[in-house]
Amino acid sequence: MKIRLDRVVKTFNTFRAVKDVSLDIESGELVALLGPSGSGKTTILRMVAGLEYADGGHIYFGEQDATDIPVRDRGVGFVFQHYALFPHMTVAENIAFGMKVSKVKREKAEIASRVEDLLRLVRLEGLGGRFPAQISGGQRQRVALARALAVDPKVLLLDEPFGALDANVRRDLRRWLREIHDELGITTLFVTHDQEEALDLADRVVILNEGQIVQQGTPEQVCRDPKSAFVTRFLGDANRLSAEVRGGIAYAGGASIAAGDLADGAAELYARPGDLSWSQEGPGIAASITRVLDRPGGRRVITITTDGDHLEFDVEPELSVRAGQQGYVSLRRAQVFAV
Amino acid sequence: MKRNVLPGLPLSLGVTLFYVGLIVVLPLAALAFKAASLGPSDYWAIISSPRAVASYRVTVLCALGATVFNLVFGLALAWVLTRYRFPGWRFVDAMVDLPFALPTAVAGISLTALFASNGWFGSVLADFGIKVAYTPLGIMVAMAFTSLPFIVRTVQPVLEDLDPALEEAAQSLGGSDWTIFRKVILPLLTPAILAGLSLSFARSLGEFGAIIFIAGNQPMSTEITALLVFIRLEEYDYQAAAAIASVLLITAFVMLAVTNILQARALRYTVRS
Repeated sequence: MKIRLDRVVKTFNTFRAVKDVSLDIESGELVALLGPSGSGKTTILRMVAGLEYADGGHIYFGEQDATDIPVRDRGVGFVFQHYALFPHMTVAENIAFGMKVSKVKREKAEIASRVEDLLRLVRLEGLGGRFPAQISGGQRQRVALARALAVDPKVLLLDEPFGALDANVRRDLRRWLREIHDELGITTLFVTHDQEEALDLADRVVILNEGQIVQQGTPEQVCRDPKSAFVTRFLGDANRLSAEVRGGIAYAGGASIAAGDLADGAAELYARPGDLSWSQEGPGIAASITRVLDRPGGRRVITITTDGDHLEFDVEPELSVRAGQQGYVSLRRAQVFAV
Repeated sequence: MKRNVLPGLPLSLGVTLFYVGLIVVLPLAALAFKAASLGPSDYWAIISSPRAVASYRVTVLCALGATVFNLVFGLALAWVLTRYRFPGWRFVDAMVDLPFALPTAVAGISLTALFASNGWFGSVLADFGIKVAYTPLGIMVAMAFTSLPFIVRTVQPVLEDLDPALEEAAQSLGGSDWTIFRKVILPLLTPAILAGLSLSFARSLGEFGAIIFIAGNQPMSTEITALLVFIRLEEYDYQAAAAIASVLLITAFVMLAVTNILQARALRYTVRS
């Protein structure tokens, strides 16, 4: 089911949580709404679900205007951050809930066999008789997903689905959700504040800030070509340097890099830790090492430039660096934005 | 031995046990002892006398009626106090505790004044041919008044802690409001409701001060058991008083046991594997 948001507005008291957001989600697509807290991403998701009503604009499911359809008739599957499983029902009863309360009457045996199928799909065979308090967090979220899928939703909506889980479980569940999505082909929209999760999982990432979409595109598009300093900063660790653009080249304390078609004047330059390299001789930005952090994959070096900017980057594990050393940081790649 | 972070377990345990023994168990034991000093046939004759049986009947039926009334009204009150904020909310919330704080005699006198045939409520109800004061209905009103806070105050915190996402999840799965209340909210409130019901019923069984003003206290029709105990005591018939009181005691115990079992059943989902 294709979903279209047309200039949707939501205000809480006097706070404008969502300002004129328009967004198209293609049928079968897996889209991430990514943004810091307070960016309006959860509000948008809840409006698509019908758990909040838009104050302005329209939400279309296919050709149908769904703006005012109440949540129980909208045919969406919603997965909550803290699972929201019914604690007094077993796993199987939780999954069967939607089918039991549905207007479409089903035979008991039909419900039972569908519950078994769903338990198999989420790889929880044999746990149908347990209560939610008796299974782990990751298992609970899988039950929540099975419960949402049981009613054959047109759209699957997930609100920070892995937010309450620890790192390893998150990674597993992420891959697994992608597999389920590919198997069922159901239009899926999920909210996260974790860039890695969004980039890992989604076909398309929609980045929000202060109630507005600041950029959207495939993970490749947003990573390779961020359109603003905010997007660059939000997508991952980035070093910021003050720069000056003259004739299409950005200069920052002894280093320079192409600045595209940016007009002459003050600018800011962002470089990822992997975009910087270290040498004893120069050329580059003169800096001294303040700390070296050892990690399994390499060494993270923290330096301070003569202008007082902090720069962080990674070097090969073999390289001998220590705090107090003087040297030069050179730029291999950077994003330059006008101030 | 495992050391506890907080010190002084032996001391505090000793104090607690001593206190429970002295204040709770000893008087009850004395009561049982006094009642047991009657022979079985005398005991039975006293507790099964027509006047005693009539008093059990009126006490238990009125307590049941008051408890059912409080179940419905208390649940509604708890619901409104948790789900809505309105002008005067704080006042209404504070008013709920009033029956706890008010001396029961004051409650009894006010209710009698209100429901007497020339009182504010009584005169209106009299037009419809309903008589409250000096009838079992009056007993029920007094019981309901004094035990209302139990249901509200046991249900309210549980309702407040209920995750709104549970209701939203049920809605997104297609549940109607009534279905959600019946299948999701009510089962989660059941343990608290049971606790409130048993406290409310027990309080109603034992209520004395508020009732004697409004009840009329006619033997065989509006005489509650607690009053009969008091009358026997006034007649220096300690054994008979103890015998009748023991019936109240046993009823309260049995009921407490039953509600505990029901509560454990309602809470079985919280047991970890």
